[in-house]
Amino acid sequence: MSRFTKSFDTIGAVALAIVWIAPLVFAVWAAVHTTSDAVNFRLTSPWTLDNFRTAWDGAPWGKYFLNTFILVTIVLIGQFIVTTLAGYAFAQVQFPGKDFAFLLVLLQLFILPEVLIVENYAMVSRLGLFDSILGVGMPYMASAFGIFLMRQAFKSVPIELDEAARIEGCSRLGILLKVYVPLAKPTYLAYALVSVSTHWNNFLWPLIVTNSPDTRPLTVGLSIFGAPENGVDISIISAATVMSVAPLLIAFLIFQRQFVQAFLRAGIK
Amino acid sequence: MSELAKLERRRRAIYGWLLLSPAAILLSLFAFYPSIATLWESMFSRGTRRHPAAFIGGENYNDLFADPTFWIVVKNNLFYAGITVPLSMFIALSMALWANSKIPAKGFVRTAYFTPTVLPMIAAANLWLFFYTPGLGVLDQIGALFGLPSVNWLGQPETALWAIIIVTVWKESGFFMIFYLAALQTIPVDLREASDLEGASRWTYTRRIVLPMLMPMTLFIGVNAMINSVKLIDHLFILTKGGPSDASKLILYYIWEQAFAFFDSPHAAALTMLVLLVLGVVAAIQFFYIDRRTHYQ
Repeated sequence: MSRFTKSFDTIGAVALAIVWIAPLVFAVWAAVHTTSDAVNFRLTSPWTLDNFRTAWDGAPWGKYFLNTFILVTIVLIGQFIVTTLAGYAFAQVQFPGKDFAFLLVLLQLFILPEVLIVENYAMVSRLGLFDSILGVGMPYMASAFGIFLMRQAFKSVPIELDEAARIEGCSRLGILLKVYVPLAKPTYLAYALVSVSTHWNNFLWPLIVTNSPDTRPLTVGLSIFGAPENGVDISIISAATVMSVAPLLIAFLIFQRQFVQAFLRAGIK
Repeated sequence: MSELAKLERRRRAIYGWLLLSPAAILLSLFAFYPSIATLWESMFSRGTRRHPAAFIGGENYNDLFADPTFWIVVKNNLFYAGITVPLSMFIALSMALWANSKIPAKGFVRTAYFTPTVLPMIAAANLWLFFYTPGLGVLDQIGALFGLPSVNWLGQPETALWAIIIVTVWKESGFFMIFYLAALQTIPVDLREASDLEGASRWTYTRRIVLPMLMPMTLFIGVNAMINSVKLIDHLFILTKGGPSDASKLILYYIWEQAFAFFDSPHAAALTMLVLLVLGVVAAIQFFYIDRRTHYQ
């Protein structure tokens, strides 16, 4: 590569990166300045944490954080159990109707839960789960995508290990837990990162199913907090936004490689 | 012996379905039954206390097709897909080519591109609000430097959908980039060396070798981008609420509005069926090309 094209590339790449990161940088900057300093771009103006204090007092954020945390945890536990069992059945057990069942599971990949909001809402109400965190999480537990991922992971486990464990007198469930699950650790990690970031960020479905501060996750809380009819100013919205994305963002910046690998592995299947 | 084999087979069948049962129950409750119920409900009238819901066949669909808002929403969504799909793919490809080349600050560049992916759409909308606000917003302030008048980006029909589109492209390009990046790394180095030896220009190398090698990944990303153009609507709730005068309303938002703001679930169900139909077509495209995609696996 000639020096000219290289510096041209560098300028282009860095310029685009600056544009891409700008909205976040502005939000962080606005969050630590008074509104008038922020909108007038007084670069030398003093920093302040007042916006965070005001934002924090303006809504039950502690509750929202806790709700989101509980939500991503129960979704993840549910997904691990359901997809492990189903993935193992599809990968290693021969039974009649398996191919047909697998086809049905693949079908769900295209029936997006987002699209079925109307009937899923009716179902959640029927089950008595309206306005509960379990109601928010339940439709996502049997993820076709997760089943597919686990099936791929279990298929690559050499059958000799399975047989050896059986000869040792290990029960069927014991084999699954002691042989297959440990060997699929990277897949679980990847799946966990994708699942947690998806459900940390999910909005439409929780908006529909939750109706009180006791169940509302961060995203829904943030949308109510920032609604124009509440008349909150830009610095305080920025503070609230920065606050609610911080945990995931910091985790991402620390474990960047793992995140990218996880999204890749999950995407390509 | 055959008795024993039969017993063993039966035991395996029970075991298999037992393992599958949690998934089968949940999928039935939240995917299969709701799909069928949606179809069913889309053929009934809206029940009131006096008039219980009655079977009316395709009436709800006829209503939709006669509803001008429906066509505005369809047109908006087609426009939304028509811009966001190619634009985010093009940007993703440029990002990947840059992030894969030997430039300084590569780590920063990659992180910057990918960061929007881990943010919730709602937060992304809040960040962009700061850009779009008339008068105070970053865009207006930049415009003012060049003597341009203040623009109400979100408040006027000509620009509202564009404002929405830009947020979507910003959000998803970095996500698609990592797939291109992975595909780029599978292109053998000898191809590059060979084309250098032959004196091929960089443009020729990109056009004749890189782009064809990336084709299967492009299809895969394209399908995902199309699905996203149905799915990614959260920012509407913050930025425009579909307005002004439906100029930025998209189908999924319209479904939400019909069902949960106007409590008209039969029409929402009919709309949902149409979306499922479109997703089915997208699925068919993907299955049709699925063997081409295995190139990378």
